[in-house]
Amino acid sequence: MPTKDETLFDTSEITVSMGPQHPSTHGVLQVKLKLDGERVLDAECVIGYLHRGVEKLGEAQTYGQFVPTLDRMDYIAAVSNCLGYCETIEKLLGITAPPRAQYIRVIMTELNRISSHLLWLGTHALDIGAMTVFLYAFREREEVLKIFENYCGARLTTHMFRIGGTQYEIYEGFEDQVRKFVREFPKHVDEYETLLTQNRIWIGRTRGVGVISAKDAIDLGVTGPSLRGSGVDWDLRKAKPYAAYSDFEFDIPTGGTGDTYDRYMVRIEEMRQSARIVAQGIEKIPDGPIMAKLSKIIKPPIGDIYHSIEAPKGELGYYIVSDGSTMAYRARVRPPSFVNLQALKKMVAGLMVADVVAIIGTLDIVLGEIDR
Amino acid sequence: MAEEQKDNDQTEKPAAQPAEPVKPAEAKAAVPKPPPPPPGAKPAPPAAAKPKGPQQEPWSSPLVDAIKERFGGEFIKSYSFLGQNQIEVKKERIAEIMTFLRDTPISPFNYLVDETAVHWPKEEQFEIVYILYSFEKNAHVRVKTRIKEWEPIESVVSVWATADWLEREVYDMFGVQYANHPNLKRILLPEDWAGFPLRKDYNIRLQDVEWVRKHLGIDSGQKYYVGEARDQTPDYRTPQD
Repeated sequence: MPTKDETLFDTSEITVSMGPQHPSTHGVLQVKLKLDGERVLDAECVIGYLHRGVEKLGEAQTYGQFVPTLDRMDYIAAVSNCLGYCETIEKLLGITAPPRAQYIRVIMTELNRISSHLLWLGTHALDIGAMTVFLYAFREREEVLKIFENYCGARLTTHMFRIGGTQYEIYEGFEDQVRKFVREFPKHVDEYETLLTQNRIWIGRTRGVGVISAKDAIDLGVTGPSLRGSGVDWDLRKAKPYAAYSDFEFDIPTGGTGDTYDRYMVRIEEMRQSARIVAQGIEKIPDGPIMAKLSKIIKPPIGDIYHSIEAPKGELGYYIVSDGSTMAYRARVRPPSFVNLQALKKMVAGLMVADVVAIIGTLDIVLGEIDR
Repeated sequence: MAEEQKDNDQTEKPAAQPAEPVKPAEAKAAVPKPPPPPPGAKPAPPAAAKPKGPQQEPWSSPLVDAIKERFGGEFIKSYSFLGQNQIEVKKERIAEIMTFLRDTPISPFNYLVDETAVHWPKEEQFEIVYILYSFEKNAHVRVKTRIKEWEPIESVVSVWATADWLEREVYDMFGVQYANHPNLKRILLPEDWAGFPLRKDYNIRLQDVEWVRKHLGIDSGQKYYVGEARDQTPDYRTPQD
């Protein structure tokens, strides 16, 4: 990193506040950048603008009432939030959702992963300057949201699952609609790739930008595609299978150098793998009930539990302490974006201001989840 | 059930092969059965009045023995609840214990998943919970320690860089004082906010009315604020209730 004395022109160190109203901070994130000319010396994130006290609300709502609140954390991937929490409480209660519900959960969660990655792809490319991708990505995202809307009436904050299973049976024509989507989706992924993968500007803006080594990523607790981009073959769907993931065949894409381009390739490939999981799941949804037998009033035993799932952004964990009443004594959420954002400081040091935008994009953060 | 037991297995390799799909009959088994204690564990003492629900099972492993050997005076107990292993230690040498856990060849817990706190006002204590994960062994462990109110605890930022923000959040929400933290200040709430919201004596309807008036220029309409509510009887809920 060049210091003040090493630069060609005599520039003074200035502090620039980026955000919280900056369009490419994906919400209300403020980054205080210490700059030498256009070079970033240090970055400090100021978060909390969207703090709503979700963990406190969890102590004042019953276990069932808390689920819709969680949809408002990572609103891009509300289905994952819901799945993680429902499974945590099921684990504490010692029940398992019926296989049919497990399959519906996997299909919906993977569709949600696709829609989350599509939103990331569109906005990330838009930040760097490729506008076209955004329009294509949102075309397919719309198809996913239509499936969600048909299934539960909501497009974003879906509240799809309940503790013990799912609330709704799949609708008529669900299978055909999903089959059609997963048949056509890989071709659309190829389309996005023709726009970006070999694009010289894209490569110039992402190759070697925001490099983080596997060791540093683990030390900083980075998870999800950002960790896999650094070459760590670790995915909770494989490492600690939950729901019905152990029945499915899929690959875990990894990168090599851990730069922005690697993370882009990992997410692109993950979308294909998600489509593959959905295609397998839709063919073998078992028959049976969609809700486990469960009393109306949920009172877990006294104790604590930690359960985590692979959300589109990384490891989403819930640590629940139960005092045997109908409300959690402590409802802790371990949000992936919050922990991943910590890596920003390390990744931007020595780069240009314009790269900060690329790195915020590549970390795939959602401020609703960071601030909770 | 099968999945919970797997969760606990220290030597478990990442399960790549698909497991048996859950049968409906198994799904119906609503009464949780605690997993069998690992070999070498003492059998659980016979329960007097047949306790309801899952119970803590004693847990011993080479890891626990190693901690007992190196930090004998610090070790309190180790147990497994619902297949999840937990170690309770005293707070004095927490950073040393964490460094040991990170580097131990038995099961190197190189990833700090989460660090958080639980407030137990009746015992006037905060429980600090560290959730650790070992990539090599694919195993989780929870380390718990207890501190009194305003009692400082050693920061683990020097062990895992992740702890930086996690500890700032615990400070922000509970007021836990970390010693040797590089940058201990509020993270989610404004820096001049009064009170620590996730404490049990902080009523859910509370807010810093003064702060809202000063910075937003409005009356928040909330009846309570921190000072007054401290005098009211707090609405405690503890496991004994």
